[in-house]
Amino acid sequence: MTKDDWLARYRKDQKRPVRFSTVSDMEVEPLYTAEDAPPDGERIGVPGEFPYTRGVYPSMYRGRLWTMRQFAGFGTAEDTNERFRFLLAQGQTGISTAFDMPTLMGYDADHPRARGEVGREGVAVSSLVDMRALFEGIRLDQVTTSMTVNCTASAVLAMYLAVAEEHGTPWTALGGTVQNDMLKEFIAQKEWICPPEPSLRIVVDMIEFCAREVPRWHAVSISGYHIREAGSTAVQELAFTLADGLTYVEAARKRGMAVDDFAPRLSFFFNLHNDFLEEVAKLRAARRLWATLMRDRFGARDPRSLRLRTHAQTAGCSLTAQQPVNNVVRVAVQALAGVLGGVQSLHTNSLDETLALPSEQAAMVALRTQQILAEESGVTNTIDPLGGSWAIEALTDRIERDARIDGLGGMVHAIELGYPQKEIAEAAYVYQQQIDRGEKIVVGVNRYQVPEEHPVELLRVPLEVEQRQAERVRRVKRERNGAQAREALARVRAAAESGENVMPPIVTAVRALCTVGEIADVYREVFGVYRDPAWV
Amino acid sequence: MGLSERPLRILIAKAGLDGHDRGAKIIARALRDGGFEVIYTGLHQTPEMIAEAAVQEDVDAVGLSILSGAHLTLFPAVIEELRRRGGSDVLVFGGGIVPDEDVASLAAAGVARIFTPGATTQEIVAWVREHVRPRTA
Repeated sequence: MTKDDWLARYRKDQKRPVRFSTVSDMEVEPLYTAEDAPPDGERIGVPGEFPYTRGVYPSMYRGRLWTMRQFAGFGTAEDTNERFRFLLAQGQTGISTAFDMPTLMGYDADHPRARGEVGREGVAVSSLVDMRALFEGIRLDQVTTSMTVNCTASAVLAMYLAVAEEHGTPWTALGGTVQNDMLKEFIAQKEWICPPEPSLRIVVDMIEFCAREVPRWHAVSISGYHIREAGSTAVQELAFTLADGLTYVEAARKRGMAVDDFAPRLSFFFNLHNDFLEEVAKLRAARRLWATLMRDRFGARDPRSLRLRTHAQTAGCSLTAQQPVNNVVRVAVQALAGVLGGVQSLHTNSLDETLALPSEQAAMVALRTQQILAEESGVTNTIDPLGGSWAIEALTDRIERDARIDGLGGMVHAIELGYPQKEIAEAAYVYQQQIDRGEKIVVGVNRYQVPEEHPVELLRVPLEVEQRQAERVRRVKRERNGAQAREALARVRAAAESGENVMPPIVTAVRALCTVGEIADVYREVFGVYRDPAWV
Repeated sequence: MGLSERPLRILIAKAGLDGHDRGAKIIARALRDGGFEVIYTGLHQTPEMIAEAAVQEDVDAVGLSILSGAHLTLFPAVIEELRRRGGSDVLVFGGGIVPDEDVASLAAAGVARIFTPGATTQEIVAWVREHVRPRTA
């Protein structure tokens, strides 16, 4: 039977009045056949070989499981240290740190702008004193640490390096990541201090510094996660993320670095939304696009420069406050897409995240979800089991084609025009209308609702945390060697003004107990403050 | 157009340091599409900045979006700053990640309504239409 004959039978048989499209509103065919995805050995390839469609390593999860890295942080450094140790004791294999909004935006806990926010969305870290407490008793040479921090990443990484020194751990033994992706901040997550140009310059300072001093560190994690959370489609997530990546590569090359000297340490971070096939295809397309761009546009030779290694997190924005236990199922499906999409590291969200920060019990279910996938489901036994599926290969090709970013130009310019910001807001509005009209179904929200109370127990961060934390940073400032701290900050300022790499003086400054807020103040004074253009 | 026919003017505001503006922008656009005049403050506003903007722009209501967990501090602060500027009759409503037990304390502090995840834009627009009245007749 030909496909056309089959289609005629299908149309007669097909009764449901549904528009069959992905969560990103990409329409999909009723059936994919060999005609849709001609077997092309080269484009699909084998794991560990260009173009890496089937995975970046030859042995993938048979060689090493993905890193189970649960994002955690709340209250004081002591509270979060306790959560880290709990998660490690439960079999988590990497640390991921969530900082509170004042730390992320460059305000100390005693600043008026920090009011109400200390320790609420993450852990409060103002000075080296907090950073010491955060990693107390954790072997920094035996665990890799990810820190989600961007415009203040330079200060926070410097504190981590200073803590490692105090532990007697050489910087060369440290593995981990600072997110430090300022371009996506302007596009999506929207935490910033200074305008895009100087922000990019500080990112490049950190890429350069880490390549030289902390060779196992990822100085930037090029992130689509927040772009998707802000409402983009899967294709926009991929397109804008790769465009951001290319902008960093170009900026580092302009600084005089050879592509193979820094590209092996670039890493990525993608979202795992509800649409299973779309997400698997997105990750496969991402690897193929990046490898091709790095080889053909930048002449990268080192295979490590071509490999798109990525962390992934299930989609916070897909979770529902209604019937929150259902979120466990959403997270499991999303995490499975990540695993079958070949990610290197994974965070699974907790069922209570639309209500509060994760409770210990909810965080444990989330981690157990990964362990069940790894140890019980059997999907890790063979590499890229979906490879060669006509549907998966056709969707991979389609997303690769749609996410091509030629002609977008540098992202700094695109951000100044507001192009990605407006595109994402538009997609978010369209999606919300589809939900409000019932065209897209969210179980428990616009179908299958029940009258309910929220039965889950929530984590509450007591208000005293704020006073305690503010008092602690005031004491640090009072008791430190003031002359030494002032001199260290002056050296940070001189580097910021002259164009010299800011990292060495920042490391000296945090050792002298200069705070996140003080270093951010130098940036504000030297580079100016960026304001939200407030496009609607 | 007489003064009383002026479309209701709503300030949509993002208080605090977080950058979660997806909801605020959707609500701003839905209210605008619903015939209201909407002013959006942009991100990272202090309660003082929001109250100042509300009074200067002579708005009839303020819709506050908070997803940072700082709602118990920031909502009452906005209401207090409005009162200090003679804007105690500006209706304050809002939305975000707000646990049920906090909704009651916010109501006691003078917040007219809190919308939590799952609320539709139609529901919010309809509520604003029903509850917001012009401050000056």
